[in-house]
Amino acid sequence: MVMKFTPHSSPHTAGNNDTGKLMRLVVLCTIPGILVQTYFFGWGTLIQLVLAISVALGVEASILKLRQRPISFYLKDNSALLTAVLLGIALPPHLPWWATVIGVTSAIMLGKQLYGGLGFNPFNPAMVGYVVLLIAFPVEMTTWVPVQSISEHQLSFLGSLNMIFTEQVGELTTQSLKQLSISQFDGITAATPLDTVKNDLGNMHSLQESLSSPIFQALAGDLWYVGKGWFWVNLAYLAGGIYLIMRKAITWHIPLSLLATLLIISNMFSLFSEDSYATPIFHLFSGATMLGAFFIATDPVSACTTNKGRIYYGIGIGILLYCIRSWGGYPDAIAFAVLLMNMAAPTIDHYTRPRTYGHRIPTVTKE
Amino acid sequence: MSSPLKEISFNGLWKNNPALVQLLGLCPLLAVTSTLINGLALGLATTLVLVGSNATVSTVRHWVPGDIRLPVFVIIIAAYVTVIELLMQAFVYELFLTLGIFINLIVTNCAILGRADAFACKNPVLPASMDGLMQGLGFTAVLVVLGAIREVLGQGTLFSQANLLFGDWAQNLTIDLFHLDSQFLVMVLPPGAFIGMGFLIALKNIIDKRIENKRKATEPKRVIERARVAEA
Repeated sequence: MVMKFTPHSSPHTAGNNDTGKLMRLVVLCTIPGILVQTYFFGWGTLIQLVLAISVALGVEASILKLRQRPISFYLKDNSALLTAVLLGIALPPHLPWWATVIGVTSAIMLGKQLYGGLGFNPFNPAMVGYVVLLIAFPVEMTTWVPVQSISEHQLSFLGSLNMIFTEQVGELTTQSLKQLSISQFDGITAATPLDTVKNDLGNMHSLQESLSSPIFQALAGDLWYVGKGWFWVNLAYLAGGIYLIMRKAITWHIPLSLLATLLIISNMFSLFSEDSYATPIFHLFSGATMLGAFFIATDPVSACTTNKGRIYYGIGIGILLYCIRSWGGYPDAIAFAVLLMNMAAPTIDHYTRPRTYGHRIPTVTKE
Repeated sequence: MSSPLKEISFNGLWKNNPALVQLLGLCPLLAVTSTLINGLALGLATTLVLVGSNATVSTVRHWVPGDIRLPVFVIIIAAYVTVIELLMQAFVYELFLTLGIFINLIVTNCAILGRADAFACKNPVLPASMDGLMQGLGFTAVLVVLGAIREVLGQGTLFSQANLLFGDWAQNLTIDLFHLDSQFLVMVLPPGAFIGMGFLIALKNIIDKRIENKRKATEPKRVIERARVAEA
């Protein structure tokens, strides 16, 4: 009897992490947030997501064909899917379809494929798409729907579809929406809580006056307020993010340093002048803070790669986030803060190289 | 045209195009090209300055000491820019207001100083002026194309405000290609210029590569002839 002995070459344990699986895990972790967002802001969110995903996959496939690369191999890494999901979440629920198409196309084409595909992009593709849209269509991009429970008009699924694709439902059109949103909170749209606070503070109102708007909700006491709905959305993304850390898909460094920086700065200013700066809780649970901290800033391609560097990177985003929100021209600032720090990431990595075992701390040589 | 002049023209317009290949003078190029007419006007002004400065630099090249040549060139260029500026104030005042500081900034356009130093001060007057004209036209062509792309994508028009450059009769030149509720601001603002410029450079590289491939394909393969050394 001959014993069969086939030697296997190393590595003897197969790793369980390929890009596609990792990206899929991140996408799955956004689901609780997406559900809460849909609950509060209506069907628009889901429609935007489906639209964004289908456009992203189409654009990715056609550019891969142009570049003569294997299509299904690259589509399977799920990176286009993740970009589309992150961008779709960030878009206003009733954004006209052509704007979504432009945003997703710029994200995949300008943000990723032109640089050479996944792994070569210096900027976070989803945020590139978002910023292109924000600069191109500032009014449409800052027009959100109010939380369903306090909205005068509640759009059904078909209503949302109509709104996105034909830009009108009954007597309502996107044009009239723009008018409405300019006169603040009237019907189907409203400025986001961040936007409202910023405008009111800019117009010399006190924070207390601003908070009397129905889009706010007191958690406890006078100054423990949050945006209605937004609080739960952020909480859901926080939960998804913590699960990502537990599964070791991302490390804790970026989210923790980002959120801690935001907490410390906003606390300082809030203590300094209670009436003209929003509280830390408001900053932590408004807009895209949690989504940004756990899902966007942690993009493995465009963020820092050393642990020490990641902490500096998170701190940088936190500072920029607070500065742009408080004194900049736009209500939320995750996209700008992340893109600006993407630019700094290679430099941070250069100066925070870890020590190799048995070597001295690398001294940075002057070139 | 004799062949050196032909080569100068080809260099200026395509092979060594100041905007697409040398990437010089990018500041006015990116800032001004929000419409076709703005691009055309700035391009023409730059071309006039280039021809004048190249011709003058070439004329005085034997008397300018090498150590102080750059200040001398800058003074010559500045003189021409002042002439252009005053001419524009006299004849196309509105356009002068639209282009604003970028007319004065032609002095600092490194494409012009670059041509003066790299070409004009080493060549006789005729090739030098020809070089100025062709480099200027190459620059203008890029400005016009970029301006057209940004105008069409940004506002859906072409030749808007042509009356500023050509006089009142040109008011009807404006073509409305499509109507936009709101401008596509990205193309109107500087990011659009960078994106458009990137695509133009990519397009030029693609065309060059196609031509190169075609040349390689048609070129007959060199047959190596063996020299017989000795009678077999």
